[in-house]
Amino acid sequence: MKIICNGTEKEIRSGITLIDFISEQDLNPDTVVAEYEGKIISRDEYETLMLEENSKLELIRFVGGG
Amino acid sequence: MLQINEKEIPFSEGLTPADFAQTVKPDADLFIVNGYPVSSDTPLRDGDVCCCIKKGEIPSHEEMECLLTARHTPGVHKIAKKSVVGIMGLGGLGSPLAVALTRVGVGKLLLADFDVVEPSNLNRQQYFVDQIGKKKTEALKENLLRMNPYINIETIDKRLTEDNIANIFDNVDVLAECFDDAVMKAAALRAVLTSLPDTYYVGASGMAGYEENNMITTKQLYPKVFIVGDGTSAACPGQGLMAPRVGIAAHHQANQVLRLLIKKDN
Repeated sequence: MKIICNGTEKEIRSGITLIDFISEQDLNPDTVVAEYEGKIISRDEYETLMLEENSKLELIRFVGGG
Repeated sequence: MLQINEKEIPFSEGLTPADFAQTVKPDADLFIVNGYPVSSDTPLRDGDVCCCIKKGEIPSHEEMECLLTARHTPGVHKIAKKSVVGIMGLGGLGSPLAVALTRVGVGKLLLADFDVVEPSNLNRQQYFVDQIGKKKTEALKENLLRMNPYINIETIDKRLTEDNIANIFDNVDVLAECFDDAVMKAAALRAVLTSLPDTYYVGASGMAGYEENNMITTKQLYPKVFIVGDGTSAACPGQGLMAPRVGIAAHHQANQVLRLLIKKDN
């Protein structure tokens, strides 16, 4: 099944959670803001939110330094 | 009407700054009209804002604020003066950002940091050797008021969290995220998108090392959210944080904050 992540179609496995998807993109979930289907997802929902077919996900990634 | 050193003076054809070197500011030898230095015989036009300065002389308090902003684009100081900006983190981004906003005359700054000045900060942050060990909030406030004593500074000497950001900064016009830690950068944006949806936000991500200047950009992520940086240059072993490039990012943030304040007002 597919989702649209940051404007690009991505193949995902059925039942994958948001945190596993983020980790599989080689990102640290703690440094990523996630907007799923137009809603900002709180950090404690990353473990339980399951991505659904044809849904839209925006990941905003931050790197350290300042 | 003309505005000469904060005083309103009726306009009449043929007036030049030299006329005011006699009356408003005896012996003035530097004339700035609408933000730009001109010669003393330049004809003034109705509505001009003119600052007459005597080089080397310490002006009276009332003149000082006008003179400090004499090089501003006309109209900018008036808007800056009534604005409130929050700065989260007073390091390599937050301290030069605060300096720029102080110099432009933002009326009130809310400065938040829990840390003290330490030697490894001094390669990029706006502190001095004799301030090592001082709270960053106190040290920065002290430095900023030496640059422009006519702004109001509130300090918040505590660790910011995703849960307390919305409460602390609920009254600012623009909130700047200047954390070092990527986890806090994400947490702060999440907090603002969730709990302060009407607040303008200027964050930063990716400004370590000495990669090309122009990789650093300001991107609008949401209608009220802007992120500065190259998005990828993380501070990590082998790639340090240094004044030149962190300063580029900080000043992108500063100009974006100013643009938002002016746009919001108009």
